[in-house]
Amino acid sequence: MLEFPTWKKVWFWGLTLVIAAAALPSLFNVANFPWPRFLPDPEINLGLDLAGGSHILLEADESQVEQQRLENMEESVRGRLRLAEPRIRIGDISSANGRLSFMLKDPSQVDAARDEILPLTTGAGLTGQRDWDIRVEDGSRFVLTPTREGLDQAVSNAMDSAIEVVRKRIDALGTREPTIIRQGENRIVVQVPGLDDPQALKSLLGQTAKLEFKLVDESATPSDVAQGIAPPGDEIVPWADPSSPGAGGVPVIAVKRLGGIKGDQLTNAKQSFDQQNNSPVVSITFDQTGGAKFAKLTSENVNKRFAIILDGKVLSAPSINEPILGGSAQISGSFSVQSATQLAISLRSGALPVDLTVVEERTVGPDLGADSIRKGLIAMGIGSLLVVLLMMLTYGRFGVYATIALVFNVLMILGIMAVMGTTLTLPGIAGFVLTIGAAVDANVLIYERMREERKKGRRVIAAVENGYKEASRAIYDANITNFIAGVLLFAFGSGPVRGFAVVLIIGLFTSVFTGVMLTRMWVANWLRKARPTELNV
Amino acid sequence: MRLLKLVPDDTNIKFLRWRVPFYVVSIILIAASWGLILTKGLNYGVDFAGGQEIEATFTKQTEAPVAALRDQVGKLGYGDPVIQRFGAPNEVSIRTKLPESAEGNPGAAEAISKQVIGAIRDNNPDVRIESVSTVSGKVSGEFRQTALYALGAAMLAISIYIWVRFEWQFGVGALFALFHDVSLTLGMFALLQLEFSLQIIAAILAIIGYSLNDTIVVYDRIREDLKKYRKMPLPELLDMSVNETLARTVMTSATLLVALIPLLVFGPESLFGLTAAIVLGIFVGTYSSIYMAAPILIWLGVSGSSFVPTESAVDRQERLARERSAKP
Repeated sequence: MLEFPTWKKVWFWGLTLVIAAAALPSLFNVANFPWPRFLPDPEINLGLDLAGGSHILLEADESQVEQQRLENMEESVRGRLRLAEPRIRIGDISSANGRLSFMLKDPSQVDAARDEILPLTTGAGLTGQRDWDIRVEDGSRFVLTPTREGLDQAVSNAMDSAIEVVRKRIDALGTREPTIIRQGENRIVVQVPGLDDPQALKSLLGQTAKLEFKLVDESATPSDVAQGIAPPGDEIVPWADPSSPGAGGVPVIAVKRLGGIKGDQLTNAKQSFDQQNNSPVVSITFDQTGGAKFAKLTSENVNKRFAIILDGKVLSAPSINEPILGGSAQISGSFSVQSATQLAISLRSGALPVDLTVVEERTVGPDLGADSIRKGLIAMGIGSLLVVLLMMLTYGRFGVYATIALVFNVLMILGIMAVMGTTLTLPGIAGFVLTIGAAVDANVLIYERMREERKKGRRVIAAVENGYKEASRAIYDANITNFIAGVLLFAFGSGPVRGFAVVLIIGLFTSVFTGVMLTRMWVANWLRKARPTELNV
Repeated sequence: MRLLKLVPDDTNIKFLRWRVPFYVVSIILIAASWGLILTKGLNYGVDFAGGQEIEATFTKQTEAPVAALRDQVGKLGYGDPVIQRFGAPNEVSIRTKLPESAEGNPGAAEAISKQVIGAIRDNNPDVRIESVSTVSGKVSGEFRQTALYALGAAMLAISIYIWVRFEWQFGVGALFALFHDVSLTLGMFALLQLEFSLQIIAAILAIIGYSLNDTIVVYDRIREDLKKYRKMPLPELLDMSVNETLARTVMTSATLLVALIPLLVFGPESLFGLTAAIVLGIFVGTYSSIYMAAPILIWLGVSGSSFVPTESAVDRQERLARERSAKP
């Protein structure tokens, strides 16, 4: 047990020094000392509670994805059956209760209809299941139900593109080093360090930015519309700002459901000013197909009004004085410069495929974090000194070994955290202090055992050997159980609390390595060189 | 140089003589803790209660104007705010409920925080806003649930590990000791109405880890002594094991305490609750390893033969065969 061949020594020292060296860039940084450029520079990330900044948890509405899918399916089915040869006529179409159902006018077309619809579904998941389940009831009624796999995949796709949109929007704000990660099924975590005012960020993320242009139905009587009655084929949309002049005192407006265009085919959007009244507007530029559609819409409806609808609310309803052929347009509404700029960013980054709501938000000012680091370091310094003092006074030479092991322990934890790119949080600092206090437990166990073995009359070497051997059982058991607790804390915990678990878990490994293995190497070396006849422990 | 000894050599303290009264007191304390938790309840922070929490420092005042703040923020119509000191007397956290309509609505939540901060700033121009947290009811509910799962899973998994490594009686003993520690810590939080946050869950898991560390050291020695002294009456043997490990128990508690107390005194205010809980847990955990985890072995019927391997059928046949062949 006390045999240490050279290869083992080299291996132990090499591992220790390499891992400890990885801590240096972070330490240099704390001391404001420049780290040489040509060296690798792994650094510990500071959590938002230490660095200051905002943490925002966004949640997507899954039912909305479901609804959207049903609507798209309805459109596809209608289009496909209309174009079928011979045409398949359907009726009584409904997308209530989370499924799409319709009747064939001619029951003999069931097989033809099925052949048309089947290509609209695709495989989902690994089981080879399709994303829609098609059934025929009573000979002529088709019922399309989305399968679980299909829904999950749709939500997953929507989340992926939502993350892209979120990233574009945050980049547009020019914030540095944002972290954007998917969490669970339908959530996105956004972390932006050092942001003083998260307001702009949040309103940017809260805006779905689905832009639509739909024709106003002038035949609808405003008083009917106000009561929610509209001609067939119309939908009633509320005004974003009911006091805007276009609303004329009515908070809602009737528009034609079909025949409008979507504002998702843009190449650019920017905030500018209206040339006539100098109010803030958003100028948009369509891409080629979008521009062609917009030109068609405006040339076919000169002197009519179209409503500009953002996220289901009417911004304005200008009338078309002449066809707009250049592919660019102006969105007016009751904007401030700030809200117009925000909308421009949102439009540039594309619409979110699903509404996102903020379910958790934490913002920490930069002062608090700096103060916490300073106080944490002071407390850690004093605590470490006291531990070292107590160990040296109690165990003499062996206390010194434990102290050196502790120094390497702290450096190795920092080094591993830096290389793994983990984040140090405020509770993480507490984890550090706890680890420093608990790490020497292994040494205490070993040294107390050595004392005992000596008292029983064993020779020095045998006492040391037995001390390490008998104590290691309890050390390993204790560390494994602590590891279980740490892993569960990491698995169930969130944010800063995870930082605590990370330090604890890394600390368990390094403590065993430095406290048991390194000290054993040093003690063995001393025993061989000094050949002591008494063990002052 | 003479070395320091926190515990003299060869102690022979009869720890287990008073095991019954200690057990009775502990069970009463556990019951009282749960009584407090159920009647008084835990003072949930924003993590578990949901709502909005603003941490503010009044830079030019020695003490935060708590009564005035309560009045100023209360007038805004979001119910009575919960105002608590964190750290220095001029640092407080102000928690308000979010109305249903503001749940998950960033604009509304933002407007409320602006209003609250505005109300504070109007009356106290020296205020510095340190942090703002908004947690929706949905997320806080999930936090409560996962925290419960984490505690339950940790206690169970660890007990199973002990059961596998030792004997079932030891697993039960460890589980009971952990239950004791968690109950008393929660009870203390209910009694003092200290803010109960996610950090405290981290602290409790750390306590579980630490207390178990202690229990394992004692159990490991009990197992060793059981194998050595099969004929010794169990209470005497347990006393011996506890005494043998006493120096280590005291020393480790001491190193933990000298590391943590500076954090309590000089550390960041936001870590006070977490550190205080762990310090409390060190005392409770050390006590439970000696007085809860050890005596229960007597009642669960651990004996000198618990660790003697029983002879399997194959072994028996081989032994008989050996004996037969040995006989001429």
